[in-house]
Amino acid sequence: MKLKKVFFISIITLVLNGCGDKSSTDLTSEVEEAAPSQFFGIAGYRVGPYGPSGAPIATGYIDYLTLLNERDGGLNGVRLSWEECETEYNTAKGLECYERLKTRNPLGPTAIHPMSTGITYGLIDKAPVDQIPLITLGYGRTDASDGRVFPWVFPLMTNYWSQASAIVRFIETKEGGEKSLSGKKIVLLYHDSAYGKEPHEILKVEADNFGFDLVMIPVPHPGNEQQSQWMRIKKEQPDWVILWGWGVMSGTSIKTAKKVGFPREKMIGNWWSGAEVDTLAAGPSASTGYIAANMNLSGKNFEVVQEILKHVYQKGKGGDESYVGTVLWNRGVAQAMLTVEAVRNAQAKYGNTPMSGLQVRWGIENLSLTQAKLDELGFGGMVPPITVSCENHEGPGVVRFQQWDGEKWVSISDWVLGDQKLVRKMVEESAAKYASEKNIEYGCSS
Amino acid sequence: MSFFLEVLIGGLLAGIMYSLVALGFVLIYKASGVFNFAQGAMVFFAALTFVGAQEKLGFPIWAALIFSLILMIILGVLTEKVVLRPLVNQPPISLFMVTIGLTFFVEGLAQLMWGTKVYPLELGIPDEPIAITLTRWGLNTDAVPNVLKEINSFDLIAAIVAGTLVAALAIFFQITRVGRALRAVADDHQAALSVGIPLKTIWAIVWSVAGFVALVAGLMWGARNGVQFALVFVALKALPVLILGGFDSVPGAIVGGLIIGALEKLAEVYIGPYFGGGIEIWFAYVAALLFLLVRPEGLFGEKQIDRV
Repeated sequence: MKLKKVFFISIITLVLNGCGDKSSTDLTSEVEEAAPSQFFGIAGYRVGPYGPSGAPIATGYIDYLTLLNERDGGLNGVRLSWEECETEYNTAKGLECYERLKTRNPLGPTAIHPMSTGITYGLIDKAPVDQIPLITLGYGRTDASDGRVFPWVFPLMTNYWSQASAIVRFIETKEGGEKSLSGKKIVLLYHDSAYGKEPHEILKVEADNFGFDLVMIPVPHPGNEQQSQWMRIKKEQPDWVILWGWGVMSGTSIKTAKKVGFPREKMIGNWWSGAEVDTLAAGPSASTGYIAANMNLSGKNFEVVQEILKHVYQKGKGGDESYVGTVLWNRGVAQAMLTVEAVRNAQAKYGNTPMSGLQVRWGIENLSLTQAKLDELGFGGMVPPITVSCENHEGPGVVRFQQWDGEKWVSISDWVLGDQKLVRKMVEESAAKYASEKNIEYGCSS
Repeated sequence: MSFFLEVLIGGLLAGIMYSLVALGFVLIYKASGVFNFAQGAMVFFAALTFVGAQEKLGFPIWAALIFSLILMIILGVLTEKVVLRPLVNQPPISLFMVTIGLTFFVEGLAQLMWGTKVYPLELGIPDEPIAITLTRWGLNTDAVPNVLKEINSFDLIAAIVAGTLVAALAIFFQITRVGRALRAVADDHQAALSVGIPLKTIWAIVWSVAGFVALVAGLMWGARNGVQFALVFVALKALPVLILGGFDSVPGAIVGGLIIGALEKLAEVYIGPYFGGGIEIWFAYVAALLFLLVRPEGLFGEKQIDRV
């Protein structure tokens, strides 16, 4: 009888599996081949509450690695291999994944993208011991931008404080330029977590500098009901709302804004609130006019996207094609490109063999991707030029603004730079405090 | 005053949305004395099946609705056969624990079948102030007080749906033979069996009905936030409602929802700023716990008297 039950359930599960979403159920891995390869450990999340955001990023990352293997035979003759580990955006599982991935290859993983601020915090002390670089593109510790204190952490492209400052600059431009923010009111609607509180300090300073009134309203996790927060916003009558959301919170915010009649053209999401999953969850029409800051542009017109479609998807080796060209898939592709270019950089110094974590760290810290180089790689226009140094693990610190037109994101600005002097000052102060607490000696080793 | 009323009415209507989820819990509890931890997962499964059938199988809305309902019934029947039947007459804690396992299974099954993407759900219900809807329908709104004009059409429809469900379920439990049998089973499995009540059938029916309620709740919540995994968290909103209204009372789920909805919204707007905001999630639980001190069985819950 029991066997019958087990058989029955197994059959149902197998049949139903046929309807499933391939990318959401397969943990992709490229098995280690006989020849030594450059191994990429991928700590991603495709299931659970944040799966809709994690799946396109992981898919984009793997698609780019596949492109290099299929088109170029790897990187300077070295094949790329990888293994994906499901974290479900859970810190404990993320740490388990890290421990597992670091043993998968004699040289360890090239670099780890923890894909979560919580997991990043858990790994900051481990990474130097294991000599594995952490690349935290758009999340994690903002003050890790100071590479003298955090030599193994790279919040590449831009960090939360640069983003917050750039959003204020963008609003200033929209309001009519210099000194136009004086007397205005801006609401920060944020996820009530460490991530959501990240921009508080810099926005307070910016409010003092620009003379605008800042009102900060938290949304308790998960943020699937925001009636009272938006009633408060209605009462406050702000000129702008900055949305610092994540997961279901972002779509619910946009939808509730419509419900209470707040114009979406006056709402600016950060880069974790500015993807298709957010606008589609709210309903494409409810989201029309909504603006979001981003570190990469969406769309399929970039050369690299066309290359992936040609060399990966046409051969049936890609993930879910509906992700291609979306904000988060493009971000995954950009993440992979930055990691690969760091390896290429390291190979130029150490030779065309698989690189160790120590060598890749050097590669990231000395990375310089000019506009010409980005154009050559097919990334022209998708991401900004980036130069990393020992002191500056962030790079350019710029963001670009996109607006939802009812069907897709449309770019409405050039790359916008915030008050980098202020951001850098705050980064260095915070990093110095951390160094003092942990007894870390300042310095640059490369 | 009008802002206060606006917050109050908004809270009452938000509370109705919580009640929709709470109803599913009540049904299972009434019939088996089990707190069904998997109710949130069932809401997610039902809504995802509805949109998944349209997106992946190309079903029209009506067919997707029937298909989802059939799957929810199959899930209910299988739950009885595979999960509950071996646990007849076991301590309630065993039944509760098994529903925790069921949660993970149902969550995983839903994602396995339909993927993890976010799907927008358009039910054709306007999500706008009622004055705009009425004007669009060519009706004159001059006689409607301003505060009522601000009521959201979607919330109002949700309230009507919840009210209809409650009325239907109340009739089902009070008048029908099956409803009376359900109550007997909830009191004592063994005693119910000994007087000839078909426990297996009763449980299969109640899990199927709970599946239907989960589908309705999933559609309403999915239309509001998009169909995505986060739907499982709506169960968190239902817990204080159940504590306040009583775990075994269908009308209690509605009244509890109204009270919790209104209290948490008023607290967030008027008290929240003094605490830095974000208090509504715990305020609802604190209110429910305080109420427990006064009336442990909830507002409408059946008072438990044990003979010593």
